[in-house]
Amino acid sequence: MLALAAAGAVDGEAVGFAEACLASTLGVDTLRVGPFPDPWYAYDTARGQYSSTLILRDALERRPANAAKLLVLTERDLFIPMLSFVYGQAQLDGAVALMSLARLRQEYYGLPRNRALFLWRVRKEALHEIGHAYGLTHCSEPLCTLSLSTDIRQLDAKGGDFCASCAILLRDAVAAAQNAARGPDRSGGVT
Amino acid sequence: MKKHWAILVVDDETVMCESLAAWLAEDGYTVATAASGREAIALAAANDYAIYFVDLKMPPGIDGLETMMEIRSLHPEASVIIMTAYATVDTAITAMKEGAQEYIVKPCNPEEISLLVGRIIKVKTLQRENLMLRQRLTKQYSFHDIISKNPKMREVFDLVREVASLRSTVLIQGESGTGKELVARAIHFSGDRAGKPFVAVSCAALAESLLESEMFGHERGSFTGATERKRGRFEQAEGGTVFLDEIGDISPKLQVDLLRVLQERTFFRVGGNVEVRVDVRVIAATRVNLQEEVAAGAFRDDLFYRLNVINIRIPPLRERREDVPLLAHAFVERLSREIGKEVGELSEGALRLLMDYEWPGNVRELENAVERAIVTAKTHVLTEDDFAFLRGASASANGWTAPDSLPLEEVVRQVILATLRRTGGNVREAAAVLGIDRSTLYDRLKKYGVDR
Repeated sequence: MLALAAAGAVDGEAVGFAEACLASTLGVDTLRVGPFPDPWYAYDTARGQYSSTLILRDALERRPANAAKLLVLTERDLFIPMLSFVYGQAQLDGAVALMSLARLRQEYYGLPRNRALFLWRVRKEALHEIGHAYGLTHCSEPLCTLSLSTDIRQLDAKGGDFCASCAILLRDAVAAAQNAARGPDRSGGVT
Repeated sequence: MKKHWAILVVDDETVMCESLAAWLAEDGYTVATAASGREAIALAAANDYAIYFVDLKMPPGIDGLETMMEIRSLHPEASVIIMTAYATVDTAITAMKEGAQEYIVKPCNPEEISLLVGRIIKVKTLQRENLMLRQRLTKQYSFHDIISKNPKMREVFDLVREVASLRSTVLIQGESGTGKELVARAIHFSGDRAGKPFVAVSCAALAESLLESEMFGHERGSFTGATERKRGRFEQAEGGTVFLDEIGDISPKLQVDLLRVLQERTFFRVGGNVEVRVDVRVIAATRVNLQEEVAAGAFRDDLFYRLNVINIRIPPLRERREDVPLLAHAFVERLSREIGKEVGELSEGALRLLMDYEWPGNVRELENAVERAIVTAKTHVLTEDDFAFLRGASASANGWTAPDSLPLEEVVRQVILATLRRTGGNVREAAAVLGIDRSTLYDRLKKYGVDR
């Protein structure tokens, strides 16, 4: 089971679209939880941004027991101390992932609103972060949605799907997570 | 795609360590973290990381610069990236002076750090590939510690394999430093006698009486100081091989004794009257042309024919220049490890200089030159400046200028002597270098009263 949660007030259509993309691409059941509180506790006054590490820590506490993975979405602009911003962050092969919608809108760059482009970016970022949560690292295939994007042009240049190799790795990782959730296989043996 | 490179992040702020480690892990790196300089140094001592991210400002104890210096003393090839929130020119200069590869101000753009790490890893990947290719190449061209891809040397290797298990005497001819003993060892260790002793005797190093005792041993009381019976090298080598280096230097008396050993496989210890029988294969080596020595009456012809059953000539390094890079890289790899200095590369300029040099001292001189360059090297790459001493040697050998007041005849005498020294006393080679007939050279030597 893959859970999604909004941290604070988040664009509902974007959350729904991310959920639909994850369900269809990963072939897993999804569950909507939350909403979680607005991440005020992660606000850094000097930077005017929110610490993605602190939000991830909070998300780990709130993850429902029946959810193998949890993706948290926020409108807040995220950072890690080393970098000026991050689109999202995930525990590699861990339980939680986080993504921000702040820099996915055209308006952020002073450009006219483009809803379709925004939702397409939401899809890419959601698949990218949840891919990390399933243990996949950045892909060297530029069109793969798991390739690294360090700015919005790179995010737009890559595709909205996993490459063939990553798709196989992800399928195996999802199956392994589902098997682990089911517990030891007791179906063997003839009675 | 996993990159299999390890990175250490050093910062006293947990969130900083945790978040940068997570970000790098998403990129496929194996990341460890340390909350202090001491912890970082302990981790660096136990592990080898490709890149170290070190925060400049850390609490009292060991600061970022000290941590970096400690890490670099453990791993001189390590790439250290100093991170700081306060950019000042002074700290940047200090960090770079002390060996930081990069200096970044946090927060930085994700693209900046991604490109930086990518660039460092690309260089490290190339260095690793380069090393692996070189090792593979060295292995491919290596035969019992002798490295060569030269066709004449490959023929030598083939001959060594063919004769390894025979009992026949071998005469190895080659200039000083060409690796005659290595070829002798290759013969011994490729053949049936490999499990038995290989005993080397340098005939040039000892006076006649000492050499005789060294080769054949002596009985107690046979001369002053002979307080007990001593087994000679021939006895020590029983079942194996005796390698007689610089055989051209032995005295007429020893030539007779040696001839007897080769013919009869027996000898007497010095001062002894009991015949000792041995099963020993003899491999002899010489830097001089023994045939010429025979012609000049300085070496017994019957001994020469006994020794020269199988003849192996090792070409000098200047006749196999293609081996210079192979050998130089192999020496850098071995000697840097032995000396304990992290030198792993030779610049193109250095290789060009090594290729152009004449190498009168052959492979041994090349080995010594590489050792000297490593000892004095300032960085992990040996440049032509590290081999500057060869330029002087080359200039003095090639750029000869006539002194102001010296009779022409004396100049000719000195040139002949210098050439003979350079060819290790090889008259034929010296005559070829001087562009005169051998007989002319003999005449000159006779005229000048030169005792070769």
